[in-house]
Amino acid sequence: MGIIMIKTDILIIGAGPTGLFTVFEAGLLKLRCHLIDALPQPGGQCSEIYPKKPIYDIPAYPEILAGDLTDKLLEQSKQFQPGFTLGERAETLEKQDDGSFIVTTNKGTKHQAPVVAIAGGLGSFEPRKPLIENIASYEEKGVAYFIKDPEIYRDKRVVIAGGGDSALDWSIFLADVASEVTLIHRRNEFRGALDSVEKVQELKNKCKINLITPAEVTNIFGEDHVEGVEVVKTGEEPFRLDTNCFIPLFGLSPKLGPLATWGLEIEKNAIKVNNSLDYQTNIPGVFAIGDVNTYPGKLKLILCGFHEATLMCQAAYQIINPGKKYVLKYTTVSGVHGFDGTSKTAPKAVVKKIE
Amino acid sequence: MNQDIKITITDRDGVSHNVEAPTDMAMNLMEVVRAFELAPEGTIGICGGMAMCASCQCYVLSDHDLPEKQDDEEAMLSEAFYVKDNSRLGCQIQMTPEMEGLEVELAPES
Repeated sequence: MGIIMIKTDILIIGAGPTGLFTVFEAGLLKLRCHLIDALPQPGGQCSEIYPKKPIYDIPAYPEILAGDLTDKLLEQSKQFQPGFTLGERAETLEKQDDGSFIVTTNKGTKHQAPVVAIAGGLGSFEPRKPLIENIASYEEKGVAYFIKDPEIYRDKRVVIAGGGDSALDWSIFLADVASEVTLIHRRNEFRGALDSVEKVQELKNKCKINLITPAEVTNIFGEDHVEGVEVVKTGEEPFRLDTNCFIPLFGLSPKLGPLATWGLEIEKNAIKVNNSLDYQTNIPGVFAIGDVNTYPGKLKLILCGFHEATLMCQAAYQIINPGKKYVLKYTTVSGVHGFDGTSKTAPKAVVKKIE
Repeated sequence: MNQDIKITITDRDGVSHNVEAPTDMAMNLMEVVRAFELAPEGTIGICGGMAMCASCQCYVLSDHDLPEKQDDEEAMLSEAFYVKDNSRLGCQIQMTPEMEGLEVELAPES
């Protein structure tokens, strides 16, 4: 199989609110978008960190949950058929002779576009790794911070550490897959959706999940692969627990990561842009919008990201259609015409004589 | 009449800073750290102050009577790293006149 090149007009790095709204604004200009995000789902921080929290400063929404905002943004841009490369981190940016860019992810997926819009927020989300000295040497050898394919845990003994939703949800899921699931958390209390907590309680009562709290994994044993972990229950002697797999789930933290090596001008962990014009970076054709950019007076607000995305799309239009005249059209007047053949237009006024 | 309070914040490089924090702006400790740029942007206050990321974890060194931890702060600290008995989330500590003389040290980034 040859290498597939995903081609688009605007390649958006980051599928948070700013990136998602870019799809809509670009679509109005008949530009297609493709988004890359390290997370497995769109929404960025809104879906990863606080989906159930309300936001009060989205214009016209007195209150909206962050998760619902993501859904609405996806719905709004749906007819412009954005492409997604999810669960992959944009790793390299290479300028081509024809002026376009090739962005390659950590999994080797290649994307090509004349315009790149970095809407990366605080960076890509990386797993927070527990402070166990030898843990790095067991990565891919029984230690995993994400569960990509649950089937690899079939009939294995699995230890999960953590106290949030993902620790609870995966313990529940793997209880039916693995031969033994042990959930270890530093406290007796868990922070998660109520039904997840109740389900774990039920599985614990049925002895389908082995719960060890308050406790911590402090060491990993094994020759070339995880064979066991050391567990310390608060106030007790450490003991060894045999297992093939150790899955620490302590959430994710954003890191600017590879973006920092792309030759962009970086200041205070953000990308400097020209805010008087179009939010272009020091690399022509590469823009930075939303929380990832900085300029005098910058505010990291979703609504500012929307504005930046809109202006950036105009500049992208000029790059992609050089010299072409453009006049702003209002959606109320012109409607929204999707790439999927659907159209939304304002109903015509009724003009009728009154007898 | 609200007055500024003097607090001491030791940054992640071990450098201690005496800063004057306003008590009339509904600021919390995390925001004070950001306002004075005592930790690089993007390494503190990632969740914005919802007690959902622990990037503003600090160790309270003075014996101030701090407000009790709420459930979400307690839960977040139980998933954080480098946690000590005197760990708190900066975003949950409001700058009030009672905090005069507060001394804290920022926990390592994780």
